[in-house]
Amino acid sequence: MEFSYYPGCSLEGMNKAYDKSARLVSKELGIELTELNDWNCCGASAYMSIQELRAHLLSARNLALAEKEKKDLAVVCPACLTTLTKSNRYMGEDPKLRRTIASALKAANLQYLGTVKVRHLLEVIVRDIGEQEVKAKVSRPLSDLKVAPYYGCQFTRPFGDFDDKEFPVMLDTLLKWLGAEPVNFPLRAKCCGGMLMTTNEPVGLGLVKSLLDCAAQNGAECVATICPLCHITLEAYQGNVNKRFATSYELPTLYFTQLMGLAFGFNRKELGINEELISSKHILAKHVEAV
Amino acid sequence: MAEKIGVYVCHCGTNIAQTVDCKRVVDYASALPNVTVAREYQYMCSDPGQDLIKKDIKELGLTRVVVASCSPLMHEPTFRRAVEEAGLNQFLFQMANIREQCSWISENKERATEQAKSIVAAAVKRVEFQESLDVKKVPVNPNVLIVGGGITGIEAALQIADSGKKVYLVEKEPTIGGYMARFDKTFPTLDCAACILTPKMVSVGQHPNIELLSYSDVIGFSGYVGNFTARIRRRAKYVEEEECSGCGLCTEKCPVSVPSEFDCGLGKRKAIYRPFPQAVPNVPVIDKDHCLYFTKGVCKVCQKFCPRGAINFEQKETYTDLQVGTAILATGFGLFDASKVKQYGYGRLPNVITSLEFERFSHASGPTGGKILLKNGQMPTSIAILHCIGSRDTNFNEYCSRVCCMYSMKIAHLAHEKTGARVYEFYIDIRAFGKGYEEFYKRILEEETTFIRGKAAEVTDVPQTPAEKGKLVVVAEDTLLGIVRRVPVDMVVLSVGFEPRKDTIETARIFSISRSQDGFFLERHPKLAPVSTASDGIFIAGACQGPKDIPDSVAQGAAAAANALSLIDRKEVTLEPTVAFIDEKSCSGCKICIGLCAYNAITFDETKKVSKVNDALCKGCGVCVAACPSGAIEQRNFTDNQLLAEVESICATGK
Repeated sequence: MEFSYYPGCSLEGMNKAYDKSARLVSKELGIELTELNDWNCCGASAYMSIQELRAHLLSARNLALAEKEKKDLAVVCPACLTTLTKSNRYMGEDPKLRRTIASALKAANLQYLGTVKVRHLLEVIVRDIGEQEVKAKVSRPLSDLKVAPYYGCQFTRPFGDFDDKEFPVMLDTLLKWLGAEPVNFPLRAKCCGGMLMTTNEPVGLGLVKSLLDCAAQNGAECVATICPLCHITLEAYQGNVNKRFATSYELPTLYFTQLMGLAFGFNRKELGINEELISSKHILAKHVEAV
Repeated sequence: MAEKIGVYVCHCGTNIAQTVDCKRVVDYASALPNVTVAREYQYMCSDPGQDLIKKDIKELGLTRVVVASCSPLMHEPTFRRAVEEAGLNQFLFQMANIREQCSWISENKERATEQAKSIVAAAVKRVEFQESLDVKKVPVNPNVLIVGGGITGIEAALQIADSGKKVYLVEKEPTIGGYMARFDKTFPTLDCAACILTPKMVSVGQHPNIELLSYSDVIGFSGYVGNFTARIRRRAKYVEEEECSGCGLCTEKCPVSVPSEFDCGLGKRKAIYRPFPQAVPNVPVIDKDHCLYFTKGVCKVCQKFCPRGAINFEQKETYTDLQVGTAILATGFGLFDASKVKQYGYGRLPNVITSLEFERFSHASGPTGGKILLKNGQMPTSIAILHCIGSRDTNFNEYCSRVCCMYSMKIAHLAHEKTGARVYEFYIDIRAFGKGYEEFYKRILEEETTFIRGKAAEVTDVPQTPAEKGKLVVVAEDTLLGIVRRVPVDMVVLSVGFEPRKDTIETARIFSISRSQDGFFLERHPKLAPVSTASDGIFIAGACQGPKDIPDSVAQGAAAAANALSLIDRKEVTLEPTVAFIDEKSCSGCKICIGLCAYNAITFDETKKVSKVNDALCKGCGVCVAACPSGAIEQRNFTDNQLLAEVESICATGK
């Protein structure tokens, strides 16, 4: 199974561990990820709302590059997933936009015919690889590790036809295959507050707090994330939440690929688990043998 | 001998004349070969307009007529009749559509006029090749098949039976009554649903002209208007209907209890059961999947106790063929599955229920004896009713289900009356469209129900404040205040919308009728033929055609009955002669046409090894004509030379 791999900007910086673990578990499962040559910004963040056409152009360039490789595009950041999928769909549905983008791409000696599918790695693992093969790789089950499955706002909304848009369950399924126990986490697809931290921190912190409250009350020992921004927000702002609301949260946050890697028998360093801001050492010591 | 053609160009007031220079079209037509006369008139469909044609046929000896006006759907019958009255066969007439296909879609008078000329020329060319055709008449069987014993089917059955005609009423369930039998009260009058429904059910059961076939399905339907054969499968009840007195002893003694479908699984029923006490027919059925005798080979308690020996474990399903002249489909609707909208937590959060479940709770003979209770057995102190669940939603059904606003307000009233709870309605728009409905809305407003204009975003059990602890919190954007509201309540009622029944596709196939985009049965005309279908003699009524409340369903049931009776009282019907016919010499016997015919109108003659069209069954759709690889099939009034003449003319003149 081959894909062009689009890491996206955050995986080169703050979320390096996500990149590292995603590549590692993909390889283990026989998913061949080849990093897209010369990729650029996906066009997400504020771009889409301020300069929509330019955002589409950025996105389209990535799609055109992927089409050249004749492979579908695997992404791990839900913001990249949403933006790339959006441009892909809009170009398909709107001939005028398609023509405008085509002429812009032509200037860079590129063209896009619309054949690339943009997929999130979680969906590829759950739907294409499947239970049997994932379970076969589990050498060190995360026995009874209580995990809050956190999807964030963009994994299925608005384009996620592969799962329930309002109440996705795919990560729960995967966690069970790994031997972990996904806890009841009704806020699974709620906003993490990440975009608000620079403009309205009090509101953003309130959102983080409600996520932490919900996870803790349902007995979660850690949160599994699939989005780089959710991950950073939950992890880096726990201190501010504790200060503002007089709480004392120290809830570790792990990428779903890190949890997979652990279950597959990789060591913590290979998976970048030593790099997190809130240590997960104690919970992993309890549940995962010999890490 | 050359034909003498008359051409009549209609102004249609200004509908055509505003965009088409009719005078020029007439001048042009006069010069066409074989045209004896060409005239224009303001309204050709009016009596003086028709008289022009009749007069010319008589005085000028016209042999063909072309009217250039509107779509044949509008006035073809009018002009055919006029032509026939003047002594010309009606099929020697052709209509040229210069309104819908020309003036209405054009802004440029010059181009529209040229286009009109081209359309008229094509009709003139075509009409030369048209032939006289005879209209056949067939007698109408006065028996009527009604499918579905909900309130719509019941109304239709009683109307027809009261007029002295025989009705076969086929019902899938063990009893008639449909959804209405499950409701507590009805809006806006708040009559008890059972009180107004059960007398009608009893009348159906006792009517000498109604043969009720419950626990039965229509599995085949063939024939043509006035002469249909319906194949019915009667499932085994394991109770002899003629013997059973309906005493209920069997049900009382049966040791097996299972969730009752009638009560949405909230209450229990026995393995031998009537769905509810006033069931018609008042005969129980044995649920084979749960009966101890059928599953384990033991028990037979019901048989032992039955004082009339009515239990028959050996009963088999039977098949009967019914001869009928017309059929009314009143198969009803399905309800939207609330668990599809995950954010409302139906199936996940206790005390989130559907509107139908509320009806059962509220019903005096329901699982709680009419009490509105939470899962813990306590009465709710606050209830939220969420409108438009599955309706007006691009993720599910885009249409409005019409009845939910009103039944939601009825639920608000009942909830408040029975529990004293504070009631909230979360709505997008209030659609109180019927007689007395707006007044009912006002009444509910005055009962201090809180209306919040905003579709609920979610129902959550994750509290944000101490007041929300242990509650269900409804989150919605209040679009009148422009704020997000969080309303903690004890119970949430989801007002689920209507959907086509799951078996709609199969039913449509059996009866060869169409469905509209939303999946409901398609009426012949949304305004002017609401209970007719494209298949003559088959009518639709009630919620199988689209979401409808009880008054509208009853009105449609009666309307369909009137349509059927009108057909029956005509005693005979005419069959369109514009059917397909097969040239036996050219037919290769490949049978492609047989598989394609949606009306089962083509059979194979094994001795001659050729296909044959049954004129009575053929609807003239033309599919076989197009498909025949040897060109052996043609359709009357749409023959190759007629169509080619038309096309050639357009190619020569059109732009």
